[in-house]
Amino acid sequence: MFQSNKPDPSLLRGMTRSRLGRRDALRLGGLSAMGAFLAACGVEGKGKPQASMAPDAVDKFWADKTRNGKLRFAGWPLYMDPKKPELKKFTQRTGIQVTYDEVIQEMAPWFAKVQPQLSAGQSIGYDVMVITNSSQFGQFRDSGFLAPLDHAKLPNYAANAAKSYATSNYDPGNVFSIPYASGITGIAYDPAKIKEPITKLSDLWNPKYKGKVGMFRDLQELGNFGLLALGLDPAKSTETDWQKAAAELKKQKDAGIVRNYYDQSYIDALGKGEVWITMAWSGDVFQKNVSDGTNFKFVIPEDGATIWTDNMAIPVTAENPVDAIMLMDFLYELENATTLAEYINYVCPVPAAQAQMRKHAAALTGEDKKYLLSVAESPLIFPGPAEYDRLHYYVDFNTAEEKKNFERVFQPIVLG
Amino acid sequence: MDRVKRTLTPYLLVLPGGLWLLLFFAVPMVTMLSLSLQEGDIVNGFVFTGHWQNYVDAISAYQTQLIRSLVYGAITSVVLIVLAFPVAYWIAFYGGRRKATYLFLILLPFFVSFVLRTISWRMLLTDDGVLLHPLKEAGLLPGDFQILGTATAVIAGLVYSFLPFMVLPIYVALERIDPRVVEAARDLYASPLTSFRKIIFPLALPGVFAGVLMTFVPATSDYVNSELLGSSETTMIGQVIQSQFLSNSDYPSASALSFTLMTVLLIGVFAYARALGTEDVMKVAAR
Repeated sequence: MFQSNKPDPSLLRGMTRSRLGRRDALRLGGLSAMGAFLAACGVEGKGKPQASMAPDAVDKFWADKTRNGKLRFAGWPLYMDPKKPELKKFTQRTGIQVTYDEVIQEMAPWFAKVQPQLSAGQSIGYDVMVITNSSQFGQFRDSGFLAPLDHAKLPNYAANAAKSYATSNYDPGNVFSIPYASGITGIAYDPAKIKEPITKLSDLWNPKYKGKVGMFRDLQELGNFGLLALGLDPAKSTETDWQKAAAELKKQKDAGIVRNYYDQSYIDALGKGEVWITMAWSGDVFQKNVSDGTNFKFVIPEDGATIWTDNMAIPVTAENPVDAIMLMDFLYELENATTLAEYINYVCPVPAAQAQMRKHAAALTGEDKKYLLSVAESPLIFPGPAEYDRLHYYVDFNTAEEKKNFERVFQPIVLG
Repeated sequence: MDRVKRTLTPYLLVLPGGLWLLLFFAVPMVTMLSLSLQEGDIVNGFVFTGHWQNYVDAISAYQTQLIRSLVYGAITSVVLIVLAFPVAYWIAFYGGRRKATYLFLILLPFFVSFVLRTISWRMLLTDDGVLLHPLKEAGLLPGDFQILGTATAVIAGLVYSFLPFMVLPIYVALERIDPRVVEAARDLYASPLTSFRKIIFPLALPGVFAGVLMTFVPATSDYVNSELLGSSETTMIGQVIQSQFLSNSDYPSASALSFTLMTVLLIGVFAYARALGTEDVMKVAAR
């Protein structure tokens, strides 16, 4: 009865026959109307592949936009010095007031949260958002939710950013986004609880740490680690590989090794002793150690880890895009990029920041100097070829179908 | 004129409630039903296909969580009856002039957001928290002992969250019992136990029923307690629905699960009413 929004012809034929009473006809008519109504409740897609973007899209978007003296920034926890020195400096110089909210903790829920507003053409309440190059980036991009950037407004980006970002596979030419920072997904552990050094992915499967292992709830992150543990390259993986990886992760779960699957709250769980060893994002661990005086360790496993990039993008519905793009460029000034990286300890998109950091260190003395020098030389902030050899990119989905299949394979693990 | 008024009045009276139901119940329900019969993805949109396959897929993938939720909900209700009955009994029969105060105390925790209260439990019970850390230091508990992340923690959280919803209906039912009925039983040489068994408990049963209705249904579909106090081993169906809706944007699957849960709960409630011999469920619940 519900299969189509048009009544079946045979049904109509039947309805006009006299042997059906008036009541029956009404009932059937009501049902098919119900079917039509049900079908009318469909959710419209917003698929607008980027290739079809008009060449004048940039001018069109920016033509009528003006500076409003305020902007709202959607960021992640542990992604800026809590005193926000860079933002204060920005406000001082431009007079633009910045509201900084740590509203994103995982990509999938963020996309699901803002998708309805964006597809209705409404503001999401933020003018810049920091989004990872995971599958949701593609969803944002392909749905036409990201404003095309006017690179004439990004001189510092052009001057200071590492050239490799312009050729990324998720946003070639930085049409919609510029990097905020990159990071590594590796392993963090508490050396007070775990005495032996952690070096390999298989340590996350070690029955010795039963019930004290944290894994990520983000399906891509989780799937990646399952694949890497089997020696498979996520970027080149196939559906059969995903099945194998899921089986490996299921084994880990069924053995009771996994305490839970976390979003960014894993760092809190590590702090509370709920987990002793966990999947982790490189910079979080440093910041946690600095702010809470903990002594957690972060390692890039010998058998591989993933690298990702978080990007600043402007939602098409942003109310203050001009202010937003000014801040984006401001963060690419050498000094600002340097202080930001010094605090957050994530991979800095500005290569010259390393020399600048050494300079900062030279001006200091004692412990502070030693610390800052170690930051400047840290392979987690300025990775060298040795690190890049061990780092892999995310699984790349060609179609929505593929992404859905990937989720179907890994979702049951997280949802026990 | 008067007659027109008289015929119209009942309809006018039912209008606000009817509109409310239509707008906030019927429309969302139909939308969800439609969603549960659609296929597609969030970027390309969902298209109505009318296939029931979503239900089959969703149930076969998440039956564990569905059954687990029903079990947790049932255990919660039973524990609640055991805990709430004595409390309600004491307040109703021995509360004296301070009944209102005692009832207020039962309700007092509600003045703090329940998510906040659950987070506090998390802080208190965490592995290296204020409660467990000293006990572990003193060697009274093994180093890897944990409360959080277990089914016990989740059920305890549910019981804690819904306690007043069981106490209040039972209290109301007990309060209504005419004390002379109990006195009569004593006069006829019924022991306290017999009068409880034969008089008080049967008369309190509608309260217990209403209490179960008000706790079993929300406890089964709750997702906050399991999210905050549980682990991946205690995932409840509410969490699955939440993450299908709000993180995977898989609306059809989430809607199908919601409808399945609703159906199972309705069947459960009516079967329970039958078993208790209460024919008219809603009448009892409304009392």
